Amino acid sequence: MSQRILLSAKEIDIILHRLACQLQENHLDFTDTVLIGIQPRGIFLAERLAKMLREDYRIKNVKLGSLDITFYRDDFRRGEKTLQANKTKIDFLVEDKKVVFVDDVLYTGRSIRAALTAIQSFGRPQEIELLTLIDRRFSRHLPIQPNYKGRQVDAINNERVNVMWKENDGEDAVYIVEKV
Amino acid sequence: MSTLSVDHLLGIKYLTKEDIDLIFETADHFKEVINRSIKKVPTLRDITIANIFFENSTRTKLSFELAEKRLSADVINFSASQSSVKKGETLIDTVNNILSMKVDMVVMRHPNPGAGIFLSKHVDASIVNAGDGAHEHPTQALLDSYSIRERLGNVAGKNVVIVGDILHSRVALSNIFALQLQGANVKVCGPKTLLPKYIESLGVGVETNLKSALQWCDVANMLRVQNERLDVSYFPTTREYTQQYGLNKKLLQELDREIVVMHPGPINRGVEITSDVADSGQSIILEQVENGVAIRMAVIYLLASKIK
Repeated sequence: MSQRILLSAKEIDIILHRLACQLQENHLDFTDTVLIGIQPRGIFLAERLAKMLREDYRIKNVKLGSLDITFYRDDFRRGEKTLQANKTKIDFLVEDKKVVFVDDVLYTGRSIRAALTAIQSFGRPQEIELLTLIDRRFSRHLPIQPNYKGRQVDAINNERVNVMWKENDGEDAVYIVEKV
Repeated sequence: MSTLSVDHLLGIKYLTKEDIDLIFETADHFKEVINRSIKKVPTLRDITIANIFFENSTRTKLSFELAEKRLSADVINFSASQSSVKKGETLIDTVNNILSMKVDMVVMRHPNPGAGIFLSKHVDASIVNAGDGAHEHPTQALLDSYSIRERLGNVAGKNVVIVGDILHSRVALSNIFALQLQGANVKVCGPKTLLPKYIESLGVGVETNLKSALQWCDVANMLRVQNERLDVSYFPTTREYTQQYGLNKKLLQELDREIVVMHPGPINRGVEITSDVADSGQSIILEQVENGVAIRMAVIYLLASKIK
């Protein structure tokens, strides 16, 4: 197994600022917009973006939730192990809101398909957008594309993209790992 | 570990502590799901479950059915009272006929102890025991422990007394196994005639005085007087039973601390428990019912994930 670095901490920081600016451009003061981090790894990115919008861009009203998609996935009973759920926490209304899904890597699109179904259990959003740090654009199984993307990667299928976050993994970095 | 160690839920006796932890952790997630505005997830769309009840049940059956439907499973119901069992069909024939309709899981209540175990050895489906005679009622015990954990933060180290008809109670036996597995101290309390002879061999304390039992415990689980199972007279009159083993406000007020009161239902108000206790803040009877759906969703989800 070999790995190479795709994004350093500094590059990630620059990308996050760009993504935050793009979000602000489209959603202004976030009155009608909510951010939803997709469990388990999307929440780190979502929390980071929410913090940046609040502190660096002085947007007071950024609502942030987390959505677990385990029970909505299409691969239940297909793997060896039972799929284990994570926590869902959405303590605001999504009805008629502009929802921005936030995930670290967009790969096949199946997680987002599941998230689109899952969010309907909480109400009917006015519209849903997708923000992702890494877009593996040639690996899609479904017609799903991000509205905001940090970096596009043309990784092949035996490569994995690992996004590390300081809060959880001790460093900010994105690696491409080649599985042997 | 993220998978159950068993393929069927036949009794708490066959589970490990890790299994119980996994069921509780999964139930936590389902509890969040059933509090959403849309209380349904599509996970078990491809699973068909048969609820086969050879004995009357309203609440357990409703709770299972609701759990199955909230997981989007297809559900068929079968009651022995309106069926070919009356015409002399055997259990295996009945179940095999149902399984021919491509059923993946069977939730069964049966008056005979061991019926679920017997079935699991002879048919190719995942079996969930919803009560087999006076043997076990595993999902009830799980939801009881889960409710204790929710109210008191932990089951380990807690003193739990089970009061009433221990002799005929599958709830008592499953509760004893479940509570002990999680490190609780268990006592049973009731008239001598309703305590099984060798109950102490299970490692539980025995008490015939309700007052002393209450003084010892953190949780009192009051069992229903099952008049339908009492083939002979085990106590002189219901009134006398109530005087000695009925839980009332006065008894609770005499204690120096607040204990948690439970009841698996249905309640005989004024017999094993008075209305003011059943409806008080110390009672977690309604939480038990709500948790029942989450626990059953967790059990079905975890077992269904093992169906190939």
